[in-house]
Amino acid sequence: MAPVEFVKVRKSFGATPIIKGVDIDIADGEFVILVGPSGCGKSTLLRMLAGLENITAGEIRIGGRVVNKMPPKERDIAMVFQNYALYPHMTVAENMGFSLLMNGIPKSGIEAKVRPAAEILGLTNLLDRYPRQLSGGQRQRVAMGRAIVRNPQVFLFDEPLSNLDAKLRVQMRVEIKELHQRLKTTTVYVTHDQIEAMTMADKIVVMHDGIVEQVGAPLDLYDRPNNLFVAGFIGSPAMNMIDGTISPSDPKVFLTGDGTALPLAKPVDAANGKALVYGLRPEHVRFDPNGIPATVVVTEPTGAETLVIARLGGSDLTLVFHERILVNPGDTLRIAINEAAVHVFDRATGQRL
Amino acid sequence: MTSSSTTAEPERSGTILSRFNNSRNALGIIFMLPAAIFLIGFLTYPLGLGVWLGFTDTRIGRAGDFIGLENYAYLMDDQVFWLSVFNTVVYTVIASILKFVLGLWLALILNEKLPYKSFFRAIVLLPWVVPTVLSALAFWWIYDAQFSILSWSLMKLGLIDTPINFLGDPLNARLSVIAANVWRGIPFVAISLLAGLQTIPVSLQEAASLDGATPWKRFRYVTLPMLTPIIAVVMTFSVLFTFTDFQLIYVLTKGGPVNATHLMATLSFQRGIPGGQLGEGAAIAVSMIPFLLAAILFSFFGLQRRKWQQGGQD
Repeated sequence: MAPVEFVKVRKSFGATPIIKGVDIDIADGEFVILVGPSGCGKSTLLRMLAGLENITAGEIRIGGRVVNKMPPKERDIAMVFQNYALYPHMTVAENMGFSLLMNGIPKSGIEAKVRPAAEILGLTNLLDRYPRQLSGGQRQRVAMGRAIVRNPQVFLFDEPLSNLDAKLRVQMRVEIKELHQRLKTTTVYVTHDQIEAMTMADKIVVMHDGIVEQVGAPLDLYDRPNNLFVAGFIGSPAMNMIDGTISPSDPKVFLTGDGTALPLAKPVDAANGKALVYGLRPEHVRFDPNGIPATVVVTEPTGAETLVIARLGGSDLTLVFHERILVNPGDTLRIAINEAAVHVFDRATGQRL
Repeated sequence: MTSSSTTAEPERSGTILSRFNNSRNALGIIFMLPAAIFLIGFLTYPLGLGVWLGFTDTRIGRAGDFIGLENYAYLMDDQVFWLSVFNTVVYTVIASILKFVLGLWLALILNEKLPYKSFFRAIVLLPWVVPTVLSALAFWWIYDAQFSILSWSLMKLGLIDTPINFLGDPLNARLSVIAANVWRGIPFVAISLLAGLQTIPVSLQEAASLDGATPWKRFRYVTLPMLTPIIAVVMTFSVLFTFTDFQLIYVLTKGGPVNATHLMATLSFQRGIPGGQLGEGAAIAVSMIPFLLAAILFSFFGLQRRKWQQGGQD
C-alpha cells in the first residue's frame, strides 16, 4: 500500500500531446477512478503509472519514490487488463501464481498464496481449468486473483468490466468494491462509464482531452460540477442544459432563447446579454399546478421512475419523476424547478458561475 | 407448412433428373470433380505409378515385369543407398535445426519495433522467392574452386593461402550444401514464425513484465509456449521440404564428391533417369515414404493441439 502522485505529468506521441500536464494526489488506500470519454488520455495515464509507456515530462511517484525510469516489474504494482491478458497456456492456478514464480518463490509458497486468493474470489473449483474453459466473469476474477496474490502497493484496473454483459458488470462492480474494502490497497481504476465511477470511487478524476477537468468525491462532482464538461459527463440521464441570458430586469430570472423565464435561487452576476447555460438535473423538478408549462414529447416508464422528455423554453428536457404518471405525448405538464439545485455556466468558458 | 415438408415434396414426386438437381450430394460431387480429377491425375496416379514401378524391373525403353521386393532386397545391400540415407538424415537434421534457430531469431528481431520494418520483412523473403535453381547457381559460383568470392575475400584478408575446396572435399561439400539450404529455408521459417508471434497479444507481454518477468523469462514462459503450435506446423513442413530436397544438390554437386552429398531424392533420379533403372529409382523414392510419414506422425502426435487450445467446457 502506498500513495501515488502525478506531478505535472505530460505525454506526447511524436508531436501530438496526449497528456497535457496532469496533477493528481492519491492517498494511501484510496480507490480512485479516472473517468472520461474515449481518447481523453486516461488509459495512457494508467499505463504510464504501470511503466508501460514513457513519461515525456513531469514526475510519477509511488510511495514517495519517483518511478519515471523504473521498469514495470520494480514498481510493485498489479494490473487488471481490459482483455484480462490471462496466459492461455496456463491453468488458473498457474496464471495466479505466475508473478510469484517469476520472483523466485518456491512451489509450496506459491500454493500457499494462491489458495486463499482463490477462496476470496470463489475460484477454488476452477484452479485446474484453462482460461478458455472459463466464462467472462470467471476470467475477470482470475485476472483479479492474479493481481491480489502479489499483495502489491497499487492495483491498476484498465476498463476491467467493459467486456462483460450488463448484469455481470453490476455484480463485478460490487465484488471489486468489496475486495477493495477488504484489502485496502491503493487502487487506480480507469473507465469511460460514469456509473462505474460514481458507484465505486472514493475519488473521481474526470479527464477530458489530456487534462484533468475536476477531481472530487462522486457526490461532490454531481452536486457541484466545475464546468459544463463535468456537468454533462457525470449523471445519467445527463443534466439538461438550456441556453439563455439573465433577465435585464431581474438577476434572479434566467431567460431562455424564446423568452421563457426560469427561476434562480440567488441573483447571478453576469453582464447583460452574456450567453449562459442553465443546468438542470432531471430529478430537480416536481409537479406544480401553478408551475411552468412544458409539452410532453415522449414518456419512458422504467418502473421505479418515469422519464419524461418535455419541450420547455425551446429545448427538449429530460425529467425524472419517482411517481408513476400517466401523460401522453402532446399533453402539457406544469412543473416547478428546485432552483437551489440549478447550476449556471458561462457558455463561452464553460465555467460554473 | 414447415420447411422440411416443402423440400420433401418434390423429391417424392419428381423425375430422376429433378431429383438429381435437388440432391445436395450430387451437387457436391459435381463441384468437387475438378479438384478430384486434378488430384487423381497429378498426385495419385504418379504416386501409384511410382510405387508400382518400385516392384518391377522397368528400364527406360522396356516395360518391366513384377519382381516383388527384389529392388528393395538389392538396396538393402547397397552401400551407396545407405550412404544416401545417412546423408539425407544428416542434411535434414542439421539444416532443420539451423533453420529453426536462425529463423526464430530473425522472427523475434523483425517483431521488434524497427525502423523500415516492412522493408526488412520484404528483404528477408528474398531467398525464398528467387527460384531455387537460380540461387543454387549463385551458390555454385560462391563455392567455385577457383573463383569463389569467399576464398578470394579470405585470401585478401590474409586468413588463408589457398582457395577453399568447397565442393570437392566430402565434409566441406556437405557443410556447403547445408549452408545453401539453410540460407534458402530461413525465410519460410522466419516469416511463418513472425506471423505466429504477431498473434500473441501485446497485453500478455505487458502482463508478464508487470508480473516481474525478465525479457528472457517472457520468451521462455509466454512467447515460446504460445508459439509451439505454429512451430510444429512450420517445422513439419520445413523437414519435409528439406528431406525431399533435390534442386540444390543437383545444381551444386550432383551428389558428389564420391556420393558424399547424394540425398535419397538425387540418388533416385540418378539411378532412375540417367541410369535408366526406373524400377530401382522408384524403389529408392518409395523408401523415403516411411521417413516422411514418421516426421508427420511425430508432429501430429508429439505437437498436436494442446489442451489449453481446445475451447469449450471440459
